[in-house]
Amino acid sequence: MALRVGEAATRRVSIGFRPEGGAVNVTEARLDRIRGPIQPRNHNARTIAALSSNPGCARRAVMDAAGVDKQQVAAHAGFPAPFGQSRFALSRGNAFEAQVKADGCAELLRLLREHLDLPIPEASYADLEEAGGNTSREARYARTRALLARAAASGDDAGTMFDHPLLRLGVGGRPVYLEPDLLAFKLGHQFHVVEIKSFAVIDGQADGDKVAAAVIQSAVYVLALRQVLGELGCGPDLVADEVLLVCPENFASRPAGAALDVRRQLTVLRRQLARLERIDSLLEALPPGLTFDLARGPDGAVQRPRAELADALAVVPARYTPDCLASCEMCFFCRQEAAGTTAALGVTALEDLGGVEHIATALHLARGSADAPGVQAEAAVLLRAAARLRQECLGEAV
Amino acid sequence: MTTLTSLARARAAERGHAEPVCTVRHLHLSDRPLVFVPLTLAGEACAPLAAMIGDDPRAPRLLTVAQPRNRDQRFAFTAELAAAVIPYLEGFSAASETVLAGPGREERTRYCDAPQVLVPGPAAITFTRMLGRSTRFRRTDGPYPVPALVPLLGRWLTFLAEHTEIPGSCLLVAATDALSLHWATGQSPAEDLNLAALTGWISPPAGLTGSQAAAVAEDPLTWPPAGPATDPTFDNEVLAPLMEACDRAAVSGDEPAMRRARLALDQALRSQLIPAWELMWQAVGLLRSLPPGGHVAARWDADKDAFTFHAGHLRDGGPPQPRRDSAVAAARRLARLERLQASYGAQRAFDDPLVMAERRLAGEAFAGRVTAAEPGRVDRSGRRAVLRPRVTVETSDPVLAEEGSVVTSPARPAQEARIVSVSMPGGRPAQVVLELSKGMGRGLTAVAGSVPAPGEQVCYATFHDGYQPPPAFPEPDQTPWTHGGPLQPYVPSDEDAQEAWS
Repeated sequence: MALRVGEAATRRVSIGFRPEGGAVNVTEARLDRIRGPIQPRNHNARTIAALSSNPGCARRAVMDAAGVDKQQVAAHAGFPAPFGQSRFALSRGNAFEAQVKADGCAELLRLLREHLDLPIPEASYADLEEAGGNTSREARYARTRALLARAAASGDDAGTMFDHPLLRLGVGGRPVYLEPDLLAFKLGHQFHVVEIKSFAVIDGQADGDKVAAAVIQSAVYVLALRQVLGELGCGPDLVADEVLLVCPENFASRPAGAALDVRRQLTVLRRQLARLERIDSLLEALPPGLTFDLARGPDGAVQRPRAELADALAVVPARYTPDCLASCEMCFFCRQEAAGTTAALGVTALEDLGGVEHIATALHLARGSADAPGVQAEAAVLLRAAARLRQECLGEAV
Repeated sequence: MTTLTSLARARAAERGHAEPVCTVRHLHLSDRPLVFVPLTLAGEACAPLAAMIGDDPRAPRLLTVAQPRNRDQRFAFTAELAAAVIPYLEGFSAASETVLAGPGREERTRYCDAPQVLVPGPAAITFTRMLGRSTRFRRTDGPYPVPALVPLLGRWLTFLAEHTEIPGSCLLVAATDALSLHWATGQSPAEDLNLAALTGWISPPAGLTGSQAAAVAEDPLTWPPAGPATDPTFDNEVLAPLMEACDRAAVSGDEPAMRRARLALDQALRSQLIPAWELMWQAVGLLRSLPPGGHVAARWDADKDAFTFHAGHLRDGGPPQPRRDSAVAAARRLARLERLQASYGAQRAFDDPLVMAERRLAGEAFAGRVTAAEPGRVDRSGRRAVLRPRVTVETSDPVLAEEGSVVTSPARPAQEARIVSVSMPGGRPAQVVLELSKGMGRGLTAVAGSVPAPGEQVCYATFHDGYQPPPAFPEPDQTPWTHGGPLQPYVPSDEDAQEAWS
């Protein structure tokens, strides 16, 4: 499990970064209102990866853009998220990252020498977790940007590691800050993204889902790093397509590295991000007074009536698929809402049932008791044939 | 999935109860399966935390580890597990039978029965594979020696886990896979991985619908996950303090405190495992309620052959399974798996009209009534007169097979039927004319009953379960350079044996 270092409590509400951005400020004001008077939650590579895997979900897009604490909102709406994090997993992740970075990143340097032909025995290290004691997002971002700019400009061949950089990426037409658990390593004229994960690679193989998630997250970092450097006038080549994934090898905790090509994920991600509807147009369709504020009293108790919160959530359309169960805190709320749709049975079922949206409609078509409008005529033929076969084999009508 | 199973899902959702997608059971069920429910410590690659194991539903055996990060305790656990598993496995090598098998009908001796291990879900199979991998290279001498049963357990677990890739093999079976092969629920396949929810849909407790039972099953307090991953809240609120108590007692050397701490830990882990243990036996009961399909016994015979072969390999002192297959071994295995997959699919369809219905819907088979037959038709166009009866089948199924292609009937698998013509008069059932050969006796008169008679219901499939010769592969020492060149034989190394497991 990746760990998120430095989720500092001192976060300010961010204001758009475009100087002329009157519209941006309007959007920001609306998002602030949706969130209520609490600190926004930062995006991270995982949330962007999840967003890009279900780009049609306006509910998730709006809640993430506003920095809503989805876990708490879902719990108060009566549908707490089904996942938590075990402290064993957390401590294992922390211990592994600490081990990789121990003694001036000695283990990491060994891997960099193996995989990137790092010629020198040492590299300098810059921690960007805070900027002169200031841990605000703006200050950290400014420092990251300044240091990256200096590094990009220098022809210095010495390797430099940047730990805890704060990056910024445009998502839904709005910049979001990314709190990555990554190291960017500059060697010669190129930056390399290093991703540390604590799942094991056994005999050269690891859990496919975990690798896929790590690769897409790394791709988010590559994209964000390219965007930051692009704003500084550098070309995309400055950030390598290949990322270095660092994982424990076999059953021991000794780190091993694997170079992963993220070009395909970059293409997917760029396309999905481009498809994401602009947040402002999503907001336009929503009532101006909409808020997911839990209205906590001075004692911290939630004062917002549950039904009112659920009604507010229902205003923003969601696109539920069973994949959400693994990645989104709102999943149980949306699942309950999606009961009766074929999508709730899985993507395959939705396709097998001819793309018909509701289970009841599909069954009506199968029984021949509903007229099939033009678009559903083909589905109706298939469903009737299936219903006839089931009846023939089981002796009872569908 | 197909439209037929998805329709069953839709109907299950509407009714609030699972729907059958098979009419027979497609897997072998042992009279005495070994149920194995493992738990692991979150975050670690393969750290066993506990297991419940046994072949008697009333006598589960609980194994626990007080500190899963401690190497010695891990090996103590695997030794205990070995003591529970290996006598069960080896018990099956008591009696042998001699059979004629294979394409050449050669004589072969094999054990009369084979073991069957049941685990809750696919994740438990992955754990079995990992535990096998982490123990099979260990040595009983030299640095870090382990008890003799530990590497043996590793090799058996690896064997069982590798066999799950063979379609239709039943040596190691995940209960959720077995149940969802036979029933469709009103939820998604991802949710079917929860054993409690899945059994809730199939057999809800009195007073609840399947969907209500599944909703209850999602509460980890009532139904702890069936492993190997534990509930994170249990980890944080129950397990961690109990483990710390064990650690403290171990450091202080306080024996009574250690006993108390171990007892409390065991009780907590038992509470997490007992519900899954009971669900496993409930699943066994549900599967037993279905009659076995016609080819199940033949597939189990292949499992018995595999078990016999591996037991012999171990007895003869053969090396442990390598970390990775060689190029030739991998190519052979893949080709074999592909053939077995096709054959498994055909066997299931031939055994079960509901599975055949899926193939009919896809246009790979058709069923209908014989409307005309010429059982005595003789073809005299060649040098020798041959019996070639023709039958006409009327079917409402879509017939995608082309004229000239050969189809097979589950009722007469040895007979070849060639499609002579297909006529599809608009809006009416299709008429398929078939010419039959083989399986009708030697003379120019068909043996009674070998040719379908008018009025008979028949089914013909474009696939069959015949013998297909394996493709030729080079010997391992002739591996072409494109695939890494000739193979160095695998020799287990000291490095394998001493690998850290921390």
